[in-house]
Amino acid sequence: MSTGELLRLDGIGVRLGGREILKDVSFAIRPGEFTGLIGPNGAGKTTLLRVILGLQPVTAGQVLIDGEPRAARDSSIGYVPQKLAIEPDVPLRVRDVVSLGLDGHKLGIRLPSRARRELVGDMLTAVGAQRYADARVGELSGGEQQRVMIAHALISRPRLLLLDEPLANLDISSEQGIVSVLARLARAEGVAVLLSAHDMNPLMPVMDRIVYVAAGRVAVGSTDEVVQPQVLTRLYGHHVDVIRVHGRILVVAAEGVDDLTADAEDLSVAG
Amino acid sequence: MSVGHLFRYVFEPGFFGSGPVHVALAVGAVIAVTSAVVGVFTVTRGQSFAGHSLADISTTGGSAAFLLGVNQFWGFLAFGAGAAAFMEMIGVQRRRGRDVATGVVLGAALGLAALFLYLGTQTSSTTGASFSILFGSIFVITSSTVPALIASALLALATVIVLARMLLLSSLSPDIAAARGVPVRTVGAAFLAALAVSVALSAVIIGAVLSTALLVGPAATALRLAKGPVRATITAACIGVASVWLGIVLAYDSFYWPPAGRGWPVSFFVVMLILAGYLLSYLRRRDSREPARESLDAEQVCSPV
Amino acid sequence: MFTGLMLNTWIAATAVAVIAGVTGFFAVLRGSTFAAHAIPNGAFAGAAGASLLGFNAFAGLAVFSVAGALGIAGLSRRARNDVATALTLVTMLAIGALFVSWSTEYAQEAYSLLFGEVFGVSSDEVLPIVVLGAVSIAAIIVMFRPLMLSSALPEVAEARGVSARRMELAFLLVMALATSMTVPVVGALLMFSLMIGPAAAARSLTARPLLAMALGVAIALVTVWTGIVVSYESNWPLGFFVGIGGAFFFLAGRAYAAGRRRMTVRAAAVA
Repeated sequence: MSTGELLRLDGIGVRLGGREILKDVSFAIRPGEFTGLIGPNGAGKTTLLRVILGLQPVTAGQVLIDGEPRAARDSSIGYVPQKLAIEPDVPLRVRDVVSLGLDGHKLGIRLPSRARRELVGDMLTAVGAQRYADARVGELSGGEQQRVMIAHALISRPRLLLLDEPLANLDISSEQGIVSVLARLARAEGVAVLLSAHDMNPLMPVMDRIVYVAAGRVAVGSTDEVVQPQVLTRLYGHHVDVIRVHGRILVVAAEGVDDLTADAEDLSVAG
Repeated sequence: MSVGHLFRYVFEPGFFGSGPVHVALAVGAVIAVTSAVVGVFTVTRGQSFAGHSLADISTTGGSAAFLLGVNQFWGFLAFGAGAAAFMEMIGVQRRRGRDVATGVVLGAALGLAALFLYLGTQTSSTTGASFSILFGSIFVITSSTVPALIASALLALATVIVLARMLLLSSLSPDIAAARGVPVRTVGAAFLAALAVSVALSAVIIGAVLSTALLVGPAATALRLAKGPVRATITAACIGVASVWLGIVLAYDSFYWPPAGRGWPVSFFVVMLILAGYLLSYLRRRDSREPARESLDAEQVCSPV
Repeated sequence: MFTGLMLNTWIAATAVAVIAGVTGFFAVLRGSTFAAHAIPNGAFAGAAGASLLGFNAFAGLAVFSVAGALGIAGLSRRARNDVATALTLVTMLAIGALFVSWSTEYAQEAYSLLFGEVFGVSSDEVLPIVVLGAVSIAAIIVMFRPLMLSSALPEVAEARGVSARRMELAFLLVMALATSMTVPVVGALLMFSLMIGPAAAARSLTARPLLAMALGVAIALVTVWTGIVVSYESNWPLGFFVGIGGAFFFLAGRAYAAGRRRMTVRAAAVA
């Protein structure tokens, strides 16, 4: 049942601890697309990513990969978590981490080979991490770790790459560095990207589509379609304003806080 | 002073001809390697307290075995494995809650050990039993248990080596591991079982309450000296074997030392050698990398999962 | 059971329980279960050495416990906390093993230092226990507010100038002094059980700090007193009752807390 869609979420609902974290979330990602998962903190972005990865059970809906329900073990999705909670003495060098991206999930040991070493080396160069290839991953800064984890995820040639708030703790120059590395690699390898962030601005140059999450629901489409006051007001259930200044977009709470509950139909936009 | 002179000074007469010494050297080496390899993963996974608790709980097993007149190793093994299974059941929720629960189990087990040892001394007349359970008995390993010891060691070692990549990936990120299809819970349970076996083995040679030294010491030292997983593991194994062998030599020599003509305990030497090795590793200055470029990288949180 | 000699036992045991309850409260709060287990082992080595070499037992106890606390704190600066604690612990025990092996009555000596020997407490042993207990409690009262802040909200404490490292060292030293005197009575291996079990049980019963501390002391007292009575009759070691009692009260506390949670949920459902 090939529909040309790499990933489709159909009516996903997640209920945790009595609260509805996600409600009736549907969207699709096509091969090679760069999609931003944008929304405020606590909106449900991480939960959504975990659903796609199979780490979070759903109370409604399903996840389809290439039109089929998601299998237990899926190697077509790569994942870069937000932060590595890792001590500095963990015996993994950067090249070991990237090497684990190939076969860290397998039993047994594998003897080193030149081909493998070159593959790892190429990947490290592609993300710009070859400088610290022999350093311990636990001793790197946040931005350096990010690059390493991107290399780890990409080396097994996934078709979809998920990143959870990769820009959250970086300063501006590192932000731009990561975004351009990602965009370049994604185009080169034909990998679709779904990247969550609470600020959409660094992604504007590279995003094809946006999935805007607020209060557990989504609005899907291009930036111009989605980032509009009416759409977002209905999504949030509060008045919001969209301010465009110097090519930047700001979404801010507006005066007059009536609690508007939106209906599902109101949220559908093109796409 | 000739080499022969030095040789005889270091190795007291009869060292190389002594049967118990041969057994001690051979079995000690195998157990040291197993312990060190398991230890590298134990330290990496932040499970040193769990390892120590299993070791102390082995005391209970050893004293139960003593009461029943069975070889201590089976007691160490049975109680260690049982405790590991129980700890697995308690689960790995919030880390603090788990530590307290582990500590309470440990306390209850030690209370039982107190009782068993007391009852044991009431019923039998062997005076050295508690000492050897607590602090080891490498020179009196019964030859009938040697095949079991070697086999258990190889089993624990094989388990960890086969699971090595999954363990490393889980340490890097449990989420990534789970998403790639690694059965994180099962792998953790299997590792805990290997840990229990390794602890029981070390308890035989340096005692239940000291076996943590062979588990944590060489591993912690190796992690300071080597950066990658393979080199760290090999370094830890070498340190472990060196500590045990040198400890055996010194303990044998100490039969001729004051104060008692009875020799100093092997476990004392092994632990002090391990400590010395660890402290010496601080002499080596780690290459400091240039400071991180991201100045606003506020959340450099490093805490074990 | 209440004759002159036993009177010493009652006094000593009461002091031990109070010390255990107070220090245990903080040990559980700070998650220092491992350190609470490790530090009394320093006292074990000190006592063994002191009795062997004939110098003042209390000096030996105090010196070695403090050395243990300093060892843990010192090693923790460059290594993981649990590794530092493990290494300090085994070093103390190994030294104690050496001392015990040199003395002629080694089995009994080791046993009573590790598991407790409550019935031989002489009059000149009681006084130091009570005095040191009073000193430790006074120290905790003085440190109470910064210690509470640093234990519960470490970042806030740092911002206010309360160094986490200094508080940790101070707490370890207090624990060392407090437990050093108690080791000959309750035993090095079981002292921590008297600290952790009752304190953890108290936490299941109440969230209010002072009440929790008082409850911890009360439960420790009940445990020790019951232990003395049964131990007197059966001749079984006191350490056994302490260990089992600690576990019993811990589980009872957990059961109580679970039961209360269920009743709250039911009440909320009804309302």
